[in-house]
Amino acid sequence: MLSIKNLHVELEDEDKKILKGVDLEVEAGKVHAIMGPNGSGKSTLSYVLSGKDGYEVTDGSATLEGNDLLDLEPEERAAAGLFLAFQYPVEIPGVGNMTFLRTAVNAQRKARGEEEMSAADFLKEIRAKAKDLKIDADMLKRPVNMGFSGGEKKRNEILQMAMLEPKMCILDETDSGLDVDAMKLVAEGVNALRNEGRGFLVITHYQRLLDHIKPDVVHIMSDGRIIKTGGPELALEVEHNGYADILAEVA
Amino acid sequence: MENVTLKENDGVKEGVDQETVDAVREVGGKYKYGWSTDIEMEYAPKGLTPDIVRLISEKNEEPEWMTEWRLAAYDRWLTKKEPDWAMVDYPEIDFQDQYYYARPKSMIEKPKSLDDVDPKLLETYKKLGIPLKEQMVLAGVEGAEDIPAEGRKVAVDAVFDSVSVGTTFQDELKKAGVIFCSISEAIREHPELVRKYLGTVVPVSDNFYATLNSAVFSDGSFVYVPPGVRCPMELSTYFRINAENTGQFERTLIIADKGSYVSYLEGCTAPQRDESQLHAAVVEIIVEEDAEVKYSTVQNWYPGDEDGKGGIYNFVTKRADCRGDRAKVMWTQVETGSAVTWKYPSCILRGDDSQGEFYSIAIANNMQQADTGTKMIHLGKRTKSRIVSKGISAGKAQNTYRGLVSMHPKAKESRNYTQCDSLLIGSDCGAHTVPYIEVKNNSSRVEHEATTSKVDDDQMFYCRSRGMDEEEAVALVVNGFCKDVLQALPMEFAMEAQALVAISLEGSVG
Repeated sequence: MLSIKNLHVELEDEDKKILKGVDLEVEAGKVHAIMGPNGSGKSTLSYVLSGKDGYEVTDGSATLEGNDLLDLEPEERAAAGLFLAFQYPVEIPGVGNMTFLRTAVNAQRKARGEEEMSAADFLKEIRAKAKDLKIDADMLKRPVNMGFSGGEKKRNEILQMAMLEPKMCILDETDSGLDVDAMKLVAEGVNALRNEGRGFLVITHYQRLLDHIKPDVVHIMSDGRIIKTGGPELALEVEHNGYADILAEVA
Repeated sequence: MENVTLKENDGVKEGVDQETVDAVREVGGKYKYGWSTDIEMEYAPKGLTPDIVRLISEKNEEPEWMTEWRLAAYDRWLTKKEPDWAMVDYPEIDFQDQYYYARPKSMIEKPKSLDDVDPKLLETYKKLGIPLKEQMVLAGVEGAEDIPAEGRKVAVDAVFDSVSVGTTFQDELKKAGVIFCSISEAIREHPELVRKYLGTVVPVSDNFYATLNSAVFSDGSFVYVPPGVRCPMELSTYFRINAENTGQFERTLIIADKGSYVSYLEGCTAPQRDESQLHAAVVEIIVEEDAEVKYSTVQNWYPGDEDGKGGIYNFVTKRADCRGDRAKVMWTQVETGSAVTWKYPSCILRGDDSQGEFYSIAIANNMQQADTGTKMIHLGKRTKSRIVSKGISAGKAQNTYRGLVSMHPKAKESRNYTQCDSLLIGSDCGAHTVPYIEVKNNSSRVEHEATTSKVDDDQMFYCRSRGMDEEEAVALVVNGFCKDVLQALPMEFAMEAQALVAISLEGSVG
């Protein structure tokens, strides 16, 4: 599904290397987690994959089902099936949450040469999905992320994911700023979307999110590289011993 | 025609008819209305002299008093200078190199059916999105009024170059006692009303362009709503400049008598031409005691090309006079077109407890220049005004909000609230805010809030990561920015305006 090979990335404005040769393969139907200390390049990886400005890829490749992601505009990557749940979802004043989502859904459909979703179908679907995430009608009408609490913002990201039905989902520290109940709700939303055709890349600092979203594979990232890969037990090891041991082990 | 109900998430209010929806859907291309219609025209010679003024008056079969009124305006005009205080810059206009009168030849005799109508004229209406029945009436087809109306009713008056080509729903309006016709017809048929009100809100000598308009206005719309009558439908005028080198000078006069209500929509388009064209209109609104007028404009004159070649010079004087107590007026404007815009729809709040509102979206892209705003003149006690202005600049455009709030000594306990927001797209454009505030009593309150922001890279990336391309993303963010004003528009226009916002910003990113 998602195939990253020897990815090297620098900041565009300053001469700073962030990713120094990342190799990663996420298969359809699998959940991969990336953990790592602050500044290890986890969020950069998610931004580079989704096409944010300000980064320069100096070497390597990233493909989604064989499509060269790095050659595509952000909206083309979205239409190809990539989705990033933001760590800090952006506020858009005056734009209703539902209007935003409907514009997004239909933009992707148009890009794929599919027919636009009718108002009635859209409404039916968003209501059902919002209900599962305990998002009330008021939140659907409010401007995108305006005045949303931390938990509401993250649930809203998952709602977008559910509506857009991507093939490959990247969750960037979706657990940050959430209390236990909110995290459970978000995790349930994600679990409901797990299926054979869909891959997940879950970026997190802490193991606790992985209690709720059980990963198949766990990677540890440090200083722009994946330094260790293992099963769910690797996350527990981090939880108990911190990153220091692993870092020392590979050094 | 099928009535469709669109849900709230379409951004459209309920009850918009399919034809309107389709017309808006068709909106596409850089400037949708950039075509011209090849119709045989009758012109008066170029230039402006007393003889031309007399000719215009004669062509409209006007009475002597009207001719004299125009000639007096002409004399005043000769003594006046073009204003130069606005933040707009354009080459000198040669007022003698303009045609001041043009009309389609086919209007001279009345057609019997649609087959007799110049098909080019019909094509024009079709492109403007005017429904078929209204097209027939506008084309002057005999008996068209008797055909049952379809869908939602909007009475339409169309002004093609200088001449009003027809007004729809005349009979139905007549039953309600509402007069809605061209101003030239009103001068002939209702001279007592025209004489009583014309020039009383915008005096002949008001300003250079208004004075010019008073001398040479060729047509426009006239509305009179009698006491206590709620006008049974929206009234709408489409203005279109077609002929080359022709100035368009419409004159609109709206009178809402005591306790009446009317909502009036104005739409403007012009063909794409390399030469700049002049447009100097005057709108006067009289609002009597307890009456209410809503006046909405979607101005989409040709803005010129990316290099600033061509486009309409739009110098417009619009003013409403709340003469009676508790009179209310609301201006809503969406200004996306014109190379140069000079326009300040104003409210004179004369009656006690009268209210004025001004909602404005002004978009300037490429080389466009807009200097627009409003004047709220508080004369009566406890008068209230509200100004919401959203200026959007892109390309190399300059966008200025210029507004006056004046509280006179007798306007005790009056209030004004002004919100003035500017949005910049790119780094070569400018936004300017020039508020003038005069308060001459100590019990009134004036509030002014202003913000300037840029379309944020994070917002753009967020939208794009969800699948929208750059232009869709900008349109969405900008429509969000304008929401307060879009909501003030009647439903037909709200949708058209949203689509227009997107079109006028094409090419502004990337």
